[in-house]
Amino acid sequence: MSAVVHFDITIPSDTAAGHEVQERIVSLLEQREFPPRDIFSVRLALEEALVNAIKHGNGLDPAKSVRIHADVDSERVFVEIEDEGPGFIPDDVPDPTLDENIERPSGRGLMLIRSFMSNVEFNERGNRIRMEKLRSADESDEDEAA
Amino acid sequence: MAAPSQRRLDIDEVGDVTIARFVDKKILDENNIQIIGNQLFGLVEEDGRKKIVLDFTNVEYLSSAALGKLITMDKKVKAASGKLRLCNIRKDIYEVFAITRLNKVFDIRDTQDDAVAGL
Repeated sequence: MSAVVHFDITIPSDTAAGHEVQERIVSLLEQREFPPRDIFSVRLALEEALVNAIKHGNGLDPAKSVRIHADVDSERVFVEIEDEGPGFIPDDVPDPTLDENIERPSGRGLMLIRSFMSNVEFNERGNRIRMEKLRSADESDEDEAA
Repeated sequence: MAAPSQRRLDIDEVGDVTIARFVDKKILDENNIQIIGNQLFGLVEEDGRKKIVLDFTNVEYLSSAALGKLITMDKKVKAASGKLRLCNIRKDIYEVFAITRLNKVFDIRDTQDDAVAGL
């Protein structure tokens, strides 16, 4: 089960539709027997990125949609998510780990995406995220998180 | 969509400590998180419980939106001069707390017994 799968899908600004895409990508990783920790990481990053696009990017506007492109093979998963919102500047998101922000209930999604994925980048407008997860070596405990 | 009345927490009492165990494996869905948040807040605001242990035994996934509810819960408990502890958090989930430094904000114990002891 190492065939490369590519797909493009456009979904409405609805988190249930986002979950369907999340399940689809996760099941492709499960079929390729990615380590559980990789699957955990990708699912969490997809959840955060899709909610960002649907809720914060498109503002749950039913007239706007979210475009998703995914490439999955046995060694990596690449996902691009683009919304129709105005975009944002990732560097302007306050650091949620600073003492003055630690009790704020929001603002942690982006940090989790960056921590759990191998590579993350945004376009200049800030309405498109590209993220990639490389398959971990094996089940050994590599703690790469700070 | 889950019905608003659906119970997302199993409640137990050990002495004067309330144990709230999450029913869900995945605390991801927005509507679900909203319901869980309301049920958590109800423990403090409606029931007036002061010593609360949140048991994560069943929880396999947790999003940043869920973390937000936990932070708000912690504030509400503190505002009511109560105490909140978290327990039975699996390694993957603990990492989510550690990355966001919330392991320093919450009182996290390994087991339910550890969490109840001395609360």
